[in-house]
Amino acid sequence: MSNLSEREPLFSSKNMKLLTSPLGENNPITVQVLGICSALAVTVKLQPAFVMAISVVVVLAVSNVIVSLFRNLVPPRIRIIFQLVVIAMMVILVDQVLKAYAFEISKQLSVFVGLIITNCIIMGRLEAFALANKPWAAFLDGVGNAAGYGLILVIVAFFREFLGSGTVFGYPVMEKIGIYSIGYEDNGFMILPPMALITIGIIIWIHRSRNKDLVEKN
Amino acid sequence: MRQFSNRYIFMFATVMVAIVALVLSSAALLLQPRQERNAEIEKKRNILASVGVETISTDTEELYAKYITGSFVINYKAEKVDGIDPFEVEVKKEQRKPIEEQVFPVFMATLDNGKNSVIMPLEGKGLWGPLYGYISLNDDNRSIYGVTFDHKAETPGLGAEINTSWFEDMFANKFLFDGDEFVGILVQKGGADPGDIHAVDAISGGTITSKALEKMVYDCMINYVEYLKNNSK
Repeated sequence: MSNLSEREPLFSSKNMKLLTSPLGENNPITVQVLGICSALAVTVKLQPAFVMAISVVVVLAVSNVIVSLFRNLVPPRIRIIFQLVVIAMMVILVDQVLKAYAFEISKQLSVFVGLIITNCIIMGRLEAFALANKPWAAFLDGVGNAAGYGLILVIVAFFREFLGSGTVFGYPVMEKIGIYSIGYEDNGFMILPPMALITIGIIIWIHRSRNKDLVEKN
Repeated sequence: MRQFSNRYIFMFATVMVAIVALVLSSAALLLQPRQERNAEIEKKRNILASVGVETISTDTEELYAKYITGSFVINYKAEKVDGIDPFEVEVKKEQRKPIEEQVFPVFMATLDNGKNSVIMPLEGKGLWGPLYGYISLNDDNRSIYGVTFDHKAETPGLGAEINTSWFEDMFANKFLFDGDEFVGILVQKGGADPGDIHAVDAISGGTITSKALEKMVYDCMINYVEYLKNNSK
């Protein structure tokens, strides 16, 4: 099943492609339009979006490796159940570790960490890639896709926090440059979920206009 | 594709579930002491925050010992009840009991200016999940010294703003009592009159959370009215 030969160097161009292509031309959010649900929920402020991105990287990378290790042992009929169990286990572990070692941040993320389980990207990668590839390739694919997801999350969160609350990572940028005194007001609309969708829409638009290959032919 | 027998599938599923259960329960056991410690520190931080003492997680214990000079629980008749550790009382569980069986924790703080303040926990329901917090009173036992609020799942940017200082600061020196009558604090949509000593501004877009918070303060504090009247100067 695997296309990668045993002796291939760890960071061969093919492997690097696994890592970098989801950041751009094969981005899970802007190209495959997966994982939109959580992109709406956690992008009001940058910090939770950032921690969410890191959590997803950990969950997806490790789940991919586990599924890939067991790819020849998993009966196809219960492979979806197997994937779900692996994802759920990883998400609970991440949640527990955050609660123990990063209590403040886990409080901010509250339910969103648990919601990683429902993130379509994770199941999508396990099913489409990890089941058919070796662990190292699966690891890179996991990191790449989660990072591609995280990248969009952070970009969206930046605009929503900056325009909606006038801060960046909680730092009151707008106040510091004194823009409120000339009558500027934060756009409260940016905080509401629809604006996340519109922001993602704008990102997809820009992405496609720069990458003509992505535009559908019909 | 390889064929798997039903027997193999059952075995695989059983072993998989057993291993995952093992991993998760050992992780939970290993991390539990740290998580409980975090929760305890968090509680102490919140208690201190209500009297305006800002802490970081490493100096919480020290500052708690310095400022919090006593604690006890009272019942609904404002009598002190012995043998219950106020720190361990879970207000949410108490609220489910009949009023006669409930106990209400009180924490005493001595502030930097030498004045005493009583601190009481708050617990209520918000729009999406629980709200909680602590309220501390001035030494007249009638007006608020400070509050701290927090929430589990209120809407970010809207209801979730209740834990920000601009909102909490408005409660300082507002009166829970009008003369001898307990009135609570009105959280007013559209903004309260700055001269109103019983009202604060609600959060725009967070009306339901604001109203829930008003109800929480009223419902929790009404249980302390007897005690506060008996102990005011």
